[in-house]
Amino acid sequence: MFNGVKLKKNKYNKLFKCCIFSLDYTKLYKSMKKLLLGDEAIAQAGIDAGISGMYAYPGTPSTEIMEYIRASKTAKEENIHMTWSTNEKTSMEGALGMSYAGKRAMVAMKHVGLNVAADAFVNSAITGVNGGIVVVVADDPSMHSSQNEQDSRYYGKFAQIPILEPSNQQEAYHAIINAFDLSEKLNVPILVRITTRLAHSRSGVELIDTKREQNKLELPKNPNQFILLPSIARVQYRALLDNYPTFIKESEESILNKYTDGSNKKLGVVACGIAYNYLMENFIDKDIDFPILKVSQYPLPKKYIAKIVAECDAILVVEDGYPFVEEQIKGFLDNDKVHGRLDGFLPRDGELNPNIVAAALKGEKFEKTADPEIVQPRMPSMCVGCGHIDAYNALNEALEQYGKGRVFSDIGCYTLGAYEPFTAINTCVDMGASITMAKGAADAGLTPAIAVIGDSTFTHSGITSLIDAVVDKSKIMVLISDNFTTGMTGQQDSNALGRIEKICEGIGVHPDHIRVFVPIAKNHDEMVKIMNEELAYDGVSVIIPRRQCVRTLKDLELNAQIKELGLA
Amino acid sequence: MKSDIIISGVGGQGTITIAATIGGAALNNNLNLKQSEVHGMSQRGGSVVSNLRISDKEVFSDLIPFGGADIILSIEPMESLRYTSYLSENGWLVTNVTAYDNIDNYPEIEALKSEIKKVKNSIILDANKIAKESGSSRSNNIVMLGAASHFIDIPTDELEKSISQFFNAKGDKIVNANIKAFRAGREFVSGLI
Ligand SMILES: Cc1ncc(C[n+]2csc(CCOP(=O)(O)OP(=O)(O)O)c2C)c(N)n1
Repeated sequence: MFNGVKLKKNKYNKLFKCCIFSLDYTKLYKSMKKLLLGDEAIAQAGIDAGISGMYAYPGTPSTEIMEYIRASKTAKEENIHMTWSTNEKTSMEGALGMSYAGKRAMVAMKHVGLNVAADAFVNSAITGVNGGIVVVVADDPSMHSSQNEQDSRYYGKFAQIPILEPSNQQEAYHAIINAFDLSEKLNVPILVRITTRLAHSRSGVELIDTKREQNKLELPKNPNQFILLPSIARVQYRALLDNYPTFIKESEESILNKYTDGSNKKLGVVACGIAYNYLMENFIDKDIDFPILKVSQYPLPKKYIAKIVAECDAILVVEDGYPFVEEQIKGFLDNDKVHGRLDGFLPRDGELNPNIVAAALKGEKFEKTADPEIVQPRMPSMCVGCGHIDAYNALNEALEQYGKGRVFSDIGCYTLGAYEPFTAINTCVDMGASITMAKGAADAGLTPAIAVIGDSTFTHSGITSLIDAVVDKSKIMVLISDNFTTGMTGQQDSNALGRIEKICEGIGVHPDHIRVFVPIAKNHDEMVKIMNEELAYDGVSVIIPRRQCVRTLKDLELNAQIKELGLA
Repeated sequence: MKSDIIISGVGGQGTITIAATIGGAALNNNLNLKQSEVHGMSQRGGSVVSNLRISDKEVFSDLIPFGGADIILSIEPMESLRYTSYLSENGWLVTNVTAYDNIDNYPEIEALKSEIKKVKNSIILDANKIAKESGSSRSNNIVMLGAASHFIDIPTDELEKSISQFFNAKGDKIVNANIKAFRAGREFVSGLI
């Protein structure tokens, strides 16, 4: 199969901790296969492919990749790097440094994380790699836990590198192992695109027999490879372009792409990644008589695309995400035999499912039957006892004299303050935007403007924003709601722990206007008073409601750290 | 053999534990399975659902098709109704009656019950009460598994074995309490079908 690797049979001895249950699954279930989330299969594949470093910032649905590695005994024994990065850009750059030193590194992030990492990502295609790099990006069609449903395959095409899009957990495992070999062979990072459904669905996965050794420390053969000065970059970029036909050939030869012929040429279906499953689901007990091209490696396998388009009267393209493949095949001149999301055969947005694909095969539209009227929406909400709640109660009261519409928030559990009964915030756009948007609004004359940001988001992208505000002496109050954790994604380490005041002071916020307090109901009046004082201040103030996330109270390691740092 | 099971509830109610126990039994018996879960935002008190698919043939889609579920197993009554469009014509809806009321406009429980009874095959039980009576008030999710086990195409002793394996690390007392809860749920439904 994949590079002739042997499949591992009946191996239960390897201990691994399942991040959700914190139990040792292998002791639980004697089986030929391990029950793994797509994310976990990817993480295990990274370990088995001999990575020396895992770099990630949390983000649903990618978080469990790093969490699995951090819980893995093998990863620990192997001394694999596994601290959470401060953001996705630092993740990508960390991996690039490890690659420079000759070793293999894997990066994982959610789709919007790639916007943050884009500078490093796009340029890493031009430097190329020394040790292999695999960048796993998890998209979220239908926005189950995200602010958009952008399709990362465009980034892969933009950077002009190969993309793998596995259709199931087993394939994901092999695709990652394959991707590292491919990266080193083709001298580019490889993008692996998954979606929520694959990331967060478990299935039995067979593992390979032997774990590959890590690469040795070794400098790049060409000492200029990573110096992207124009004179060098031009040469490197040319080499990347010259490599493109090879990438296409790799796709045509890849076992991830599969052409299954059929006698009925009225229709040909191009099915990408997980959408292939939604197609096949409709033919469990039925024969398929039309040609199918399964696509799980890009650039598109030209030879097969040409064949299916030439031989079939109509083409249906099924893909989760944007009409990425459909648009390429349809072309600028709008080949009208190509159907999919662009001409309404499939919905233009949202996640696909077997029923939608079944209807499209018949040229129909799927309408889900309505839920019984009695069923009410049940939105996520902040936990009982959460410190963000007390902070919002105080903020809402303090702002009564200034009026609504001036609270710029950010991304985290505190974003749930948008819902009733708080309706405390007016914006949520991208990580770090709270402070800079408040500053911009203050520039326009909306003062005082308030930013609400979490501790992890502050170190992710808030620091640079705060510098802008300090430079302009903007009249803003920045509320950093510090709960010692990256809460929304499942309580991962926060790199802000114990550093926030020093960072703010170092940037130039006046120490008298950095105010820390404990957000509990008992302190309500004091909180309102402090807020009122700082709202009246003509400059940048930072107030820090600080109380541990209730979901982490049993985390012994964190409790010890909090005590040691004197934070509570 | 094929069982497509929708497991629903509110974030934190233990839907993933149910899915993992059935999934474990399936894997022990060399069946194919896919188990899709909700992680992330909705786990904060929002509605959550797990799609569990077990078959002796290859399972393609991680999602159960609409109209394809053999069982809806719900730890919460309103949540059971959110997924009725997934239920197959002869499928069973088995739900706990105890409401998780964390929203302003939560419906009247009697109205929910009569809506649930409109489903062709439905069973409503008080899993919280049964769990309490069997001595383990936190095991209402396992009571629900016991109740639904009549409709799951896996032998009862295999499900019990998987429960034991799942709770093994927590000690015999917890294992026995959950087995008892499973049996109490199963027995309750025996009288109804
Ligand atoms: C660029 C980007 N990366 C990651 C995420 C995922 N994400 C959403 S909320 C969040 C956690 C924020 O933690 P913190 O700011 O400490 O707030 P808390 O949830 O703890 O209240 C993360 C990582 C995202 N939305 N965007």
